[in-house]
Amino acid sequence: MAVFTRGFGGHHPEADRPLPPGQHLTADFPVLSAGPTPNVDAARWELTVRTESGAEHRWDWAGLQAMPAEDVTVDIHCVTRWSKHDTRWRGVPVDAFFEDVETAADFVVAHSYGGYTTNVPLDDLLDGRAWVAYEYEGDPLEPVHGGPVRLLVPHLYFWKSAKWLRGLTLHEHDEPGFWEQNGYHLYGDPWSEQRYS
Amino acid sequence: MNTWHVAQVVAVGRLTSTARTLTLAVPGFAGAVAGQHVDLRLTAPDGYQAVRSYSLARVGRDEVVELAVDRVDDGEVSTYLVDVAEVGDRMEVRGPLGGFFVWHPDDVGPVQLVAGGSGVVPLAAMVRARATSGSPAPFRLLCSVRSPADAFWADELSAPDGVATTWVYTREAPPGVTRPVGRLSAADVDAHVIPPGERARVFVCGPTGFVESAAALLLDAGHDPARIRTERFGGT
Repeated sequence: MAVFTRGFGGHHPEADRPLPPGQHLTADFPVLSAGPTPNVDAARWELTVRTESGAEHRWDWAGLQAMPAEDVTVDIHCVTRWSKHDTRWRGVPVDAFFEDVETAADFVVAHSYGGYTTNVPLDDLLDGRAWVAYEYEGDPLEPVHGGPVRLLVPHLYFWKSAKWLRGLTLHEHDEPGFWEQNGYHLYGDPWSEQRYS
Repeated sequence: MNTWHVAQVVAVGRLTSTARTLTLAVPGFAGAVAGQHVDLRLTAPDGYQAVRSYSLARVGRDEVVELAVDRVDDGEVSTYLVDVAEVGDRMEVRGPLGGFFVWHPDDVGPVQLVAGGSGVVPLAAMVRARATSGSPAPFRLLCSVRSPADAFWADELSAPDGVATTWVYTREAPPGVTRPVGRLSAADVDAHVIPPGERARVFVCGPTGFVESAAALLLDAGHDPARIRTERFGGT
């Protein structure tokens, strides 16, 4: 049974397409981070993919720039209830980092400079559904938004799109990351409103 | 925690020209820890709903939610809460939420609080939780505000028997304050923040720009990033 709030009309923003339940559109780009923004120099940035057997594959900034990049326009949805339509990014599909990786694992933990972690099923990172992104709206990605390099997984709540990305580790079991250990949902589908565990 | 509770406004109070406190009676709400927040849901007569998150200004009383809301220009929820809501009005609350930006009274280590504007709200909850629990934890509070008129709970937070509080004014200072008005600086951090060697737990809350610059000053001063917890609002 709905509880109506006397005197509240709301803005009824004109969304040109539906939003996930409980979300509202924002024009600016809010910042949610659990701690200070780490200073990560692109010159010393590295990304390591480590399999469940310990095999490591590594890329540096020049290696990243040499990979085929895509320009993508996606909607993003933060668990704190803002959504942003038509954000433009440039990055490399995550598939490209797994071309030479032999794994039977189904789960990934993304690791950030600064210590942040988040877990994502491997399938959610493949088939062109996720990117290793380094430009936002035509400019190098700002540190406050995860620069120099962040993960971009727009079909899940945005805490899954780890800022300051430094590693992807493969696991046979789903290992909860930072927010997932602090009350947030293991998977985080905005359309099913999987906010909290 | 996933349940929406019916909430009714039982008191409102003026804080500043743009902010006020709201006290809600919320049957079923319990167990909040200082620093946590709630989701607040408003429903218009036509069924339209809006949800926003607000930090708890005080914890410790089950079935009571105390908020302090600053009006955001064009904010559909904050303008309602600051300008329209009256005692008796109803809305819905979910929570308490958040397990990281929290202070537990059994943590007796030193605590440094750094607030920008209305970011003082969850930090005030920590100051109050410390007082009611009788905790011996050393607390310092550094608050940056535009002017004395913009300060939340200035008398309470500056009380001589409470925590060591410093106010920093960015636009207009009260008479007798010698520090030139301006943004939080390295000198302020040097003078008023618990030194890094004491390994205080540091909580920083405020608008994104404030938190970014304050956290950078703390890192420059030698604070361990792993001991700094941040909560930001607003965009870039």
